[in-house]
Parts: sequence; structure tokens; C-alpha cells
Amino acid sequence: MRAKIRHEFLYFALRNAKLRIGLSILLLFAAAALVGPMFARYDPNAYVGPPAHPPSPEYWFGTTTFGQDVYSQFAHGLRSTLVVGLIGGGIGTMLGVLIGLVAGYRGGLLDEILNMFTNIVLILPTLAILIIIAAYLTVRGILVESIFIGCTAWPWAARAIRAQTFSLRVREFVDLARMSGRSPLKIMLTEIAPNMMSYLFMTFILQFGGAILNAATLDFIGLGPTQGMSLGLMMNNAVLWAALQLGMWWWLIPPGAAITAIVGALYVMNVGLDEVFNPKLREL
Amino acid sequence: MGLRVENLRVYYRTLSGYVRALEGATFAVSDGEIMGLAGESGCGKTTLGHSLIYLKPPMTYMEGRVLLDGQEVPIWDMKRMSEFRFRRISLIPQYAMNALNPTRKIGRMIADLLAAHGVDFREILPELKRRLDLVQLSHEVLNMYPIELSGGMRQRVVMVISTLLNPALLIADEITSALDVSTQRAVCEMIVEFRNRGFVRSTIFITHDMSILYQIADTIMVMYAGQLVEKAPTEVILRSPHHPYTRMLIASLPRVGVRHRQERLQGIPGAPPRLLDPLPGCRFRDRCPVAFARCAEVPPFVEIEPGHFVACWQEI
Amino acid sequence: MLSLEKVTKIYRTGALGMRKLTAVFEVSFEIGDKEIVALIGESGSGKSTIGKMILRLIPPTSGTIRFEGIDIFLLKGQAVKDYYRKVQGVFQDPFASYNPIFKADRIFTMIREEFFPGISRSQWEHKVEEALRAVGLNPPDVLGKYPHQLSGGQLQRFLIARALLLDIRLLVADEIISMLDASTRVDVLNLLADLRDRGLSILFITHDLSLGHYISDRSIVLYKGRIVEMGPTERVYARPLHPYTEMLMASIPRLDQKWPGQHTRIERTTSYGSSGCVYYSRCPIAQEICARRAPELVEVEAGHHVACLMRS
Repeated sequence: MRAKIRHEFLYFALRNAKLRIGLSILLLFAAAALVGPMFARYDPNAYVGPPAHPPSPEYWFGTTTFGQDVYSQFAHGLRSTLVVGLIGGGIGTMLGVLIGLVAGYRGGLLDEILNMFTNIVLILPTLAILIIIAAYLTVRGILVESIFIGCTAWPWAARAIRAQTFSLRVREFVDLARMSGRSPLKIMLTEIAPNMMSYLFMTFILQFGGAILNAATLDFIGLGPTQGMSLGLMMNNAVLWAALQLGMWWWLIPPGAAITAIVGALYVMNVGLDEVFNPKLREL
Repeated sequence: MGLRVENLRVYYRTLSGYVRALEGATFAVSDGEIMGLAGESGCGKTTLGHSLIYLKPPMTYMEGRVLLDGQEVPIWDMKRMSEFRFRRISLIPQYAMNALNPTRKIGRMIADLLAAHGVDFREILPELKRRLDLVQLSHEVLNMYPIELSGGMRQRVVMVISTLLNPALLIADEITSALDVSTQRAVCEMIVEFRNRGFVRSTIFITHDMSILYQIADTIMVMYAGQLVEKAPTEVILRSPHHPYTRMLIASLPRVGVRHRQERLQGIPGAPPRLLDPLPGCRFRDRCPVAFARCAEVPPFVEIEPGHFVACWQEI
Repeated sequence: MLSLEKVTKIYRTGALGMRKLTAVFEVSFEIGDKEIVALIGESGSGKSTIGKMILRLIPPTSGTIRFEGIDIFLLKGQAVKDYYRKVQGVFQDPFASYNPIFKADRIFTMIREEFFPGISRSQWEHKVEEALRAVGLNPPDVLGKYPHQLSGGQLQRFLIARALLLDIRLLVADEIISMLDASTRVDVLNLLADLRDRGLSILFITHDLSLGHYISDRSIVLYKGRIVEMGPTERVYARPLHPYTEMLMASIPRLDQKWPGQHTRIERTTSYGSSGCVYYSRCPIAQEICARRAPELVEVEAGHHVACLMRS
């Protein structure tokens, strides 16, 4: 029967156009991030060619004002952008789930405290904090950036999961587990969390997209990694050196289009998943 | 004239195939009759009730006819049904009292509903007020939001609304099951009162509770696994049921006065079939103590004495 | 065996918990060995709250619940487990009692992991099969299935079998019949009676008076969180003393008798305030004093108590 449930899920998942389109786009970019750098012939930051060269067989995506190879930057940038999404989104989801579950399940004073904490982080001007922290750290890598983003993005996830936990906590199967002498931690992990799988999954997708967007914003305003390359950083440089005004569209469009496409695909997937998980939205 | 249903078949379309929820139902409800429709969960009683007014997917019309006062009711046609709904056939669904729009005042909601059916609210207001008096609700409720009323009061409001245009047929679906016994009684007495005053002509009262039907129904029709089992006047079906299922069902009901220490009641062994691929023939036969070879064919719903119909080969 | 002493549960609701909702007020009663006690009340009477407090699922605001003389809310650690070894519950909605994404037998596995970690596999399987047979189920028919593949009656028996795996003395059965179909509910009732005959005590929580009458030895009638009447089932049904019990008896739909006379509904607008009888606003025999004085539960005849100034 488990197999049947899975089968049914897959059936609706594969029939859902939104999910199929979103997933295809995402997989395409993931594949590009995986194999793309292998075809990059140059170091992304090295000055290797003629400046401001349009796309050509030698420099596929053209070169920057300084003669850096745009394709190499794009391939490496895509990889690090997806890594930021994965780590940042992962940390955000984990913190949100943990805090939401504990607050929702234990209730009472602990919930009040956690809830207050959540609300404080929620109303903090995230971007401002990130800017301050980023400004103080002279050496910043992609990992550090991901952790920053993850640690500030969890509150809304925590709130949503807390609300879900509240409604699941009073369900009779939870009472039954308590009467079986199960420890609260075990009840949270083995009774409540599995019932929110769809929810957790969607939380992760949204956090993933949010992290990419946040990272792009940070990079764009010049507070991104000091080493390495990312799509946001590319856009930052392109704008900084007036790529658009100089007609160097090949510098600006690839990173911009990729970020838009990835985040867009994630949100479309989210809507599709909602339809798959919620039987009421399923179209027969 | 009343209601006549002929060979009505309604299935549910699912991924794994058709769920045969209602199989060839043929029966009539006459003018002024309160027919109780009883059966266990999943027996098709709600499917039958709802298909007469609002046959929405995945419910699928397969075949059969419905006649109201001799006129064909196009239950398969959602559009054409809208002229029957509420005006001539009205439904009180199970959780109606909790389904009132919380952001609308009750009077306003009634006005909108009437406008949607081309009736002028002001014209009908005096009658509405008379009916509110009848169910002991103050006229104030028209200016109140649903949340300001108790569950029992909301149920009464819903009953007044759904019978406002004097429908020829009222379908009440499990309207008492969430209520306390004292409210339950008041609601049941309203159903009888509405019939007596001619606000509704025929009533189909769907419930799983036979003892409520004994209090208010003129006739009782019992269903099992999508098939009609037996229909007879209330006293007859409770005192001398003919179908083995009805007999066992009634014998299993605890009544005040019976105590376990003195008299041990018996349930019906086994479980109802799954309606995806039910046994051909009589669907009760694998639980039936008197089943025989013939039961592999569907038994007809025949009149064994005036007004008493049974679908059992043993009775033919 | 189990005793409640002036148990009160007040919920705080509304903004900042400003509004108080008294779900249960100073309820005291006992459950003895080998008896079925029916706790009867309409929705909102506090009957389920009492059941949940006995099962330690929610704490009382005041009062004590003692099991074999010990306050159950003072138990800690292993003692809590020992309590659940002896006291178990089954709830109203059989489908909600199962985690829908797991197989139904998981409720047994949980018992094994928590209470019998050392038992061998074959021994455990034997024990489960025995418990399933004791509740009238055929093990191969029901094991290894998902909740939605079983009927409500089967799931309810499953839950009772789960309790039987432990050495239970008291079973709290909260409306366990109400979601079952007529043809199967009587079998579950009979099963409870058989368990009583084997030495179990049962708190049978119900809103259905005919079910309570069929099975219980003693009945307790609740109204708005207070006990209004309590006594041997036969006495309470044959000679109800409290006007509320009388009204209930007259309102239950019966199969052998139509509702007597016209339904009289009384609604006094004056609220009873905090000092009077809770039933004052609906009571047909209330006098002026009832609005001012709350009745105590008084023993009128052997074991038959009523809380009514007019009837005691």
C-alpha cells in the first residue's frame, strides 16, 4: 500500500505540468552547474582575452571589460549559486523545522520564548544585518555567505511549522504515542514530522529559492564573496562597469536570466507540488 | 404526485475505476411523505440524496430517470438543474450550520441567495418573519452574523432558508447527527411541522439513526452497499422487517431497557463489500445467513404487500 | 482503584487568556474493580476532558486524581510508564488514532519498543495474535495493513487489543462506539462487557444513553462540567432524579416509544451567576433559591446521588 501511495503521488506528480516544467528547468541548470565548469577553459577571474569581446567561437559568452571569459564566470558562478541555495536553504529549513516543532509541540513557556525569539529575528531588517556583518568580515567565502543567509531566513518557516505542529499535536495518534510512553523528541520526529513531509518539502524549496535571491542581492550590492564567483557577483561587476550602457548585453543577460529562471522554476514547482499534495487541487 | 426515481445509477469516478455507489434505485416518495433513508456509512444514502440535486464530479450519472410531479428532472445537466435547485428541490447538507458565510449578516445572505434565484427579498420578508417566529427565532437574527448564534439556532436558520420557497422535495442529510439530544428533538419536530404546514411536500430524511426515524418518518427505506434493500411504512419495517439485513440491523440496536447482563445483542458478522468491485448479485449475500444460489443475481425491488418493497430472493 | 477528588479544569481563552472557560468543576467520583462506569453528557459537558485528565494527557487546574492511592500527576519517569501499563485509553475517531502514513500494526510495535524491549520476535508475535483473537479479530486478516484498509470497527478493536498487550486494569473508552456502524457497534460493546468479566474496569464515556444503559453498572451524568446525578445504572434510568436527567431521558429517540407530549423548552434569561445552579436557566422546576445557591451532590438512596435542591 505504501507503494500504492507513492505510486499515486508519482502519478499526479508526473502529470502536473507546473512540476514537470519547474523540475526540468532546475535539472537543466543543475546539470549545467555540474558539467559546465569542465568545459571552461579559463580561470573565471583571470584576464585572458581581448576586452569587451562579443560572443565568439573562442569566447562563447564573450569577455568582460577586462578580458575575463564570461562563460567561465557563468559556469563557476552557477555552481556556487546553487551551492548557496542548497546550504543556505538547508540551514534555514533545518532551523525553522527544529524551532517550529519544539515550540509547537511543547507549547507553554518554551513556546512563548521561542516565539518571541522568532518574532525578533523576523522583524530584524535582515538585509541591513547581512550588510553590516558582511562589511566587517574582510575575507568572505561562499560557505560563510550561505550560513548567514540560512541563519536569518528561518523565522517564517518556523512560524508556519509551529502552526502545523499545533494542529497535529492534538491529534489522537499523538495522544496514543504519549500513552505508549514515547519520549517527546521521538514523538516529534516519528509522529509529527512525517505528517508534514509535503510541507517540509515545500518549505525547503521556498528557502532554496529565497537563499539564491538573497545571495544575489548581497553580491549585487558588492557584499558577496571576496573570492570565487557567483551569478550575483557577475551582475554586480556588469552593472558596476556599465555593461548595459556600453551595449555589452552578453555580460549582463546570462547571470540575470539564470537567476530569474532558477527562482522562477522553484516557485512554479512549489505551486505544482501544492496541487499534487493537496487532493482538493488535483485535476482528474 | 411526488417524487419518482427509476433505475437510477450513480458511480464515482476514481483512479482505480468506478465506485459503484448507487445501483439501479427505483422508488417513489409521495406528496406529504417523510421518507427516512437509513443505512450504514458508505451504503450510498448520501450519494442518492445528493444526486437528486447536485451531481458534481467525481460523481457520475450512469443511467436512470428522476420525475418530480411527473416532470423529468435533468439531474445529469448541471445548468438546467439550477432552475430546480432551491426552488423545487432543496438540500440541507450535513454541516450546513457551520457552512454559513461568516462575513455576511444572515439577512443579507438570504437576500443574495434569493436574488440569485430571481426572487425579491422584500416581497418574501413577511413570510420569512412568520417562519422565524414559528421556529422561535427573533427577527433580530437577520441583522446578526452566523457566529453570534448557537449551533442549534444556526441549524434552525438553515432549515428556514432552505424551505423558504416551499420546495416540492426537501433532502435533509444527517442534520441531527452533530446535535445534542434536546436540540435533535427540536430539529426533528421542525421537519414534521414544516411538512404539516405545507412548506415542503415530500421529505427525504437521511440518517444512520433508526430511532430518530421511528419518531418522525412515515416510511423508511434501508440501503446496503449501494443497493436498495427494503422500504415500508415505519411501523411495519421496525416490527416485521423482511430483508435479512434489515432484520439483523434492527436486532442489533441497543434500546433503553435492554441491558447486557440480561440480554446480549448480536451484531452482523463480516463487513460491507468494497464498492470498486463488489460481488455480483445481492451485495449482502456473503454476510447473509439465508443466502442461496439465486442470490448471485441481483434481486428485484418488489412490492410484497401494499407499500412494502423488499429486494430479497427469499421473499419472492 | 481510581478516584477523582474535586477535579477542576479551567481553560484560559481569548486574548492574553483573559476569558476563563470552566470545562470541569469540582468533580469527584471513584471507579472500583471490575465495573463499567458510564460518564454521560452532551457535547461540552466536560466528559472527554475528564477522560484525558485520567490518561494524564492534560493536567487538572486543581484537585487530585489518584490511582491505587497515588496522585498520578506526581509520577515521574519510569513510574509514568508503569501507570500506562495499567491504564490505557481508546478514543472516538478510530481513523484519527492512527498515523495515516504508517501501517496500523505500528501501534503494537510502539508498545513493544517501549514496554517489552527484551522480548523475542516469536514471543511477541504470539502475544499480539493472542490479543487480536481476544478482541475477535483474525490476525492474518488484519496484520500488515494500512488504517484505511481496515474498517472502523476493526480499528477500534485493534486499539483495544493494543491495550490488552499491557497488564491493564482500567480502560478509558471515550465515545468509542459513536463512529461505528450499527451492525458492528454492538459487538464492540459486548467485547467491553467481556473484558469487564475478565477483571477490567472501564470508564465508558458516551453521549448515547441507550448505549450507556446497555453496558454500564454505574452511571454519572454531567452537565456543564458538573456531576448532576450519579448512581447505579438501573436506578438512574428507572428513576431519574435530576430534571436534566429527566429531560435527557425524554429526549432520546427510542425505538419502542415515541417522544412523549410536546417538547417544552424553557429559557430563563436571568443567568445563574456564579452562585446558583448551572441548570437554572433551563430547569422546569427551578425555584427562586436555585438562582442563588448551588446544590451539593447528596445521596438520596443507596449509592444514588443528585445535585438538585428541589429533589434532595
